[in-house]
Amino acid sequence: MPVTDVRHDLDNLTLTLVAEFAAPVERVWQVYADPRQLEQVWGPPTYPATVVEHDLRPGGRVNYFMTGPEGDKHAGYWLVTAVDEPTSFAFEDGFADLDFNPNPNLPVSQNVYSFAAHGGGTRATYVGTYASAEALQQVLDMGIVEGASLAINQIDALLAS
Amino acid sequence: MTDRSEDQADAFFHALADRTRRDIMRRVLAGQHSVSALAAKYDMSFAAVQKHVAVLEKAGLLTKLRSGREQLVSGDVAAVRSVASMLAELEQVWRGRIARIDDLIASDPDQED
Repeated sequence: MPVTDVRHDLDNLTLTLVAEFAAPVERVWQVYADPRQLEQVWGPPTYPATVVEHDLRPGGRVNYFMTGPEGDKHAGYWLVTAVDEPTSFAFEDGFADLDFNPNPNLPVSQNVYSFAAHGGGTRATYVGTYASAEALQQVLDMGIVEGASLAINQIDALLAS
Repeated sequence: MTDRSEDQADAFFHALADRTRRDIMRRVLAGQHSVSALAAKYDMSFAAVQKHVAVLEKAGLLTKLRSGREQLVSGDVAAVRSVASMLAELEQVWRGRIARIDDLIASDPDQED
């Protein structure tokens, strides 16, 4: 697995994952810069993502929806807050209705993705911060997780990996 | 991170870093069990199972209640869904994305040499 480090900051409700990819920084950047590639990686196989609008510039929006096994659609958006191509970008990730109007009742997370050349490949650092434990719970309940499995099963997988 | 939440996270991950304890948690989250009923499910001594239950109790993942001569054990769903477990759950989502990026990059025609 390319994940090399994981940090859970329980006080600041921040998750950090570091991963290494066997490709140059520009190639990893393309995954996010190209909506057709982004939709291949964003949703799990059971909830594939469709990116319908994609503007990876400060102030730009990325609108997407994920389609569940019953044909149910769940829309989300990124509000891009900073871009330093090809080494980092920051965005707010929130939920929306199917016309991509942000849902103000659902939490928004702050995310920073950064990419650095490392050992002939790329070291990617993903940081996501949630406003409260309730916000984190809502995000998990909103179906970004594949199916509604008990947290214990996820931990099982985590510890087995 | 404060020492207190560090301690909590340590206790949480230590408690769940054992196959038998995770199995006990699955059973007691599904419904109340007596320690002796749990002990009957495993190929180990009553005392060993009791010890596992004690570790889970100390981590706040289950509660024990005395009923006559029996000790009844229930899982605490809220504790399992603590911040630590939620971050762990989210981590799985992110790991899925990272694995898909890795697959996508590896499928590039001219990239690997």
